[in-house]
Amino acid sequence: MAATTIDAPVTYRRERGLPWGSPAVYFVALLLIGVMLAPVVYIILGGFRTNAQITVDPAGFPGPWNLGNYVDVLTGDTFWQEVLNSTLAAAATTAGVVALGLMTSYVLARYQFRGRGAMYSLFAAGLMFPVTVAITPLYILVKTLGLMNSMPGVILPQIGFGLPTTIIILVPFLRAIPTEIQEAAEIDGCSRIGFFWRMVLPLSLPGVITVGILTFIGSWNSYLLPLFILNRESSFTLPLGVQAFSSQYSVDTAKVLAFTSLSMIPALVFFSLFERRIVGGLTGAVKG
Amino acid sequence: MTDPTRDTVRSVQGSPVSVSPAGDGATPAPSPAGATRAPASTAASTSTVLDAGPSRAPGRSRGIGWRARMEIALLTGPSLAVFLAFVVFPVLMAAYYGFYSWHGYGRPVDFVGLRNYVNILQDGTFIDALWHNAAVVVLSLVLQGPAAILLALLLNRRMRGQSLIRVLIFVPYVISEVVVGTGFSLMLQSEGAFNGMLRNLGLGSLANDWLSDPNLAIWSLAGILTWKYIGFATILFLAGLQGIPVELTEAAAIDGASYWQIQRRITLPLLGPTLRIWAFLSIIGALQLFDLVFIIWGQYVSSTAGTSTMATYMVTNGRNAGNYGYGNAVAVVLFVISLTVALLYQRFVLRRDTEGALTGRSR
Repeated sequence: MAATTIDAPVTYRRERGLPWGSPAVYFVALLLIGVMLAPVVYIILGGFRTNAQITVDPAGFPGPWNLGNYVDVLTGDTFWQEVLNSTLAAAATTAGVVALGLMTSYVLARYQFRGRGAMYSLFAAGLMFPVTVAITPLYILVKTLGLMNSMPGVILPQIGFGLPTTIIILVPFLRAIPTEIQEAAEIDGCSRIGFFWRMVLPLSLPGVITVGILTFIGSWNSYLLPLFILNRESSFTLPLGVQAFSSQYSVDTAKVLAFTSLSMIPALVFFSLFERRIVGGLTGAVKG
Repeated sequence: MTDPTRDTVRSVQGSPVSVSPAGDGATPAPSPAGATRAPASTAASTSTVLDAGPSRAPGRSRGIGWRARMEIALLTGPSLAVFLAFVVFPVLMAAYYGFYSWHGYGRPVDFVGLRNYVNILQDGTFIDALWHNAAVVVLSLVLQGPAAILLALLLNRRMRGQSLIRVLIFVPYVISEVVVGTGFSLMLQSEGAFNGMLRNLGLGSLANDWLSDPNLAIWSLAGILTWKYIGFATILFLAGLQGIPVELTEAAAIDGASYWQIQRRITLPLLGPTLRIWAFLSIIGALQLFDLVFIIWGQYVSSTAGTSTMATYMVTNGRNAGNYGYGNAVAVVLFVISLTVALLYQRFVLRRDTEGALTGRSR
């Protein structure tokens, strides 16, 4: 998966003669990659070892390779249940944040009305309210609403806390769409809502994708909120599952490592597919 | 909306994310042309958001009709509802609960005034946690900043394999805190892989209790945080670097400037706004650090190992101890500290960006 995204530009650049860096630069780069990847590699390889191997030499390679841990995790019910819960939470949060954020950003960027500045400030102030501060009342609120141990109990607050960042990233995108395009659309008989569907959505796609990826990964990895809201094991998301698994099987290090490495695959795949978009999206602005 | 929120909103207005809204006019606005010409940083691109006063914003100037009103209500209604219910309301409730001694059953009735706050500030464990937070703030800035700048410069060079390196460098940032915490706590324990590696390399004398030794634990934490979040800093800096016009560096190169001179005299100053925004995010993140500490050290070990933070203190002494009123008071203290730091930072550091934008316009 990563290969496809990487190969194309490299070959494209090779035609224009992308220079080789100096050996020193490559040495530094290699060293860096080694440091960045070593812990991940340790977790993945550790899953292929047995506990006896780990005890004898904690830093060694698998020998012989042992698939048992991964097979155990993949054939168990807990892992798949947690993957399902995490996927559900992340997908619903992303959909909600993108839909609501886009609607609100559209209004904030392209409508004239009293209170617009105040509304923007209200959402922007949300950046100063991290989940950490609101977590206890949030827990009580969710409990009062009867949403404990349920996905909506995690999804709704996550949408709320995802909105500020989303709106701050999307408003410049929507504002950058030239007024001429809107006027032309109006002359052609396009309503403002029609303009939203036909022009705004396609033109703001880079920003939407950036926001979507950040939200998805954020939700996939989120820990504090699920820790408070989800207490029943059947409702656990992957991060809670990893923690529960590692305390339940604390003596079975190899299995914990296998579980841990499997749980990080989806976020990694997701990111490597869209990495270019994230860097592009943060740079901002629609060209055109 | 009640008065407290209004105050907060107003006081946050000057923060880097919400530059003077339309009609405020107090803050000098960077010229729109300047901002679109050089979107060198997130600061520059966000500053375009609200600088546009009524004169510049698209849309017609005549009063809005009922149709537009309805569209506005329909489009913003759902997000306002979710945002007010699940973000603003809980934050306000935290302030309210903080004045009560309350254990989570029924309504809070035992009003204790400021006693929770007095207790917090007199609790040595909280003061320790506060110092740990301060250490994490400093260490994050000092360790991650320079390293991430060098990394971004490296990744911004045109050379073969750079795309691959870019993807790999961001891997730790994408992995969840729980995975990182679980992995590192297994690796860094006294019989873990890190010490094992040191012994295999013949450096057994360097082996240590990386997690439980109070003199080392905070450094281990800083190391793990650097490893985890340097990718984010690098993403930001790369985005900033790509906004710097190539013409400038080319001109300098023609004038005979060396690579490092160019970075020192041209790239770094132009990267300034991005750097300051990153530092802001990093400081706030470090003040609210929770996940990694809670996962690696747990609620009991973290205070003896010297890595407890305000947030872990809040969870340990609030929810886990059943003292919801007290926990909320800690949350308020945490929030007030973050807000104060944010406002001071805004006042003394980020203001330079506005000045820079002004000189940019007059030039």
